[in-house]
Amino acid sequence: MERIPILKMGEFLLVTIQVDMHDRLALTLQDDLTQQIVKWHARGVLIDISALEMVDSFIGRMLSNIANMARLLDARTVVVGMQPSVAITLVELGLPMKGIPTALDVEKGMQTLRTYLGSNGYGKDPDGSADD
Amino acid sequence: MEALTTETHEIRTSQDVVSVRQSVRKRAVELGFNLVDQTKIVTASSELARNTLDYGGGGFATVETVRNGTRNGLRITFKDEGPGIPDIAQALKDGFTTGSGMGLGLGGAKRLSNEFEIESQPGRGTRVAILRWKGL
Repeated sequence: MERIPILKMGEFLLVTIQVDMHDRLALTLQDDLTQQIVKWHARGVLIDISALEMVDSFIGRMLSNIANMARLLDARTVVVGMQPSVAITLVELGLPMKGIPTALDVEKGMQTLRTYLGSNGYGKDPDGSADD
Repeated sequence: MEALTTETHEIRTSQDVVSVRQSVRKRAVELGFNLVDQTKIVTASSELARNTLDYGGGGFATVETVRNGTRNGLRITFKDEGPGIPDIAQALKDGFTTGSGMGLGLGGAKRLSNEFEIESQPGRGTRVAILRWKGL
C-alpha cells in the first residue's frame, strides 16, 4: 500500500509530502503519524508541504487534524514551506488554517519547535497560546 | 463562447479526484494562467470533484478550454445523478454540510472562480460549472 514516509530526527518527526495526495492516502498519513508520535515519544512534528501545488479543504482539514491529534499526544506540529499561491487560495477558499503554526522552511520550523520546547519542554505553544 | 478542447473524466474514486485536478492544472498551464490562477481553478475543481464523489455518488467532470473573442478560459462542469441539493442557497453558505466535510466546497469553489453555475433537481442530480478567465 502507498504510504508517505515519516522520518525520525531526534525528538522530532519530519514528513515531506511530495505527491498529489488522494483522500485515502491523506487519512493513512494521519493514522501513521499518530502511531509514530507514540512509538518514538516524539515532541514535535514538521510537515513540509513545499512540494504541494494545492491544498484544498480536505488536505487542510487533515493538517489541522494532525496538529490537534499530535497535541493530545504531547507533541507540537509546525507546517512548513507553504507556497504563496497556496496561501492566497486557502484564504479565498475560506480556510485560513487558524491555530496551525507555520514556518517558511524546515530549518525555521525546527527553531519554532525548539523555542516552544525550551529547556524543559514546557512553555508556550508555537502559535502563542499558553500550555494547559 | 466556443470550446477549443474538451475532455471528460469519470469520478468514481478519490484517485479520480486527483486525475481531475491534474488535468485542470495541465490545461491551465497550456492556457498560460499565472500560478495563483492555476492554483485557484485547480483547488475549486478539487472541491467540486470531491462533492461529486461524496454527495453525488460519483459522476463526470468535463474540462474545456474556451474562447470568447480574444479571451481564453477554462471551464469545468461536474455532473452527477445523485440525490440533488434541496436548498442551493443554504448549500452555498460556508459551514453548511450534510457530510463529514467542512462545508466550504461549494461556496469556496464559487469564490475561486470568475463564473459559477449550479442546477440541481432533488432525486435527479446536480450540475455545477465553473469558469476562470486567463488573467482576469
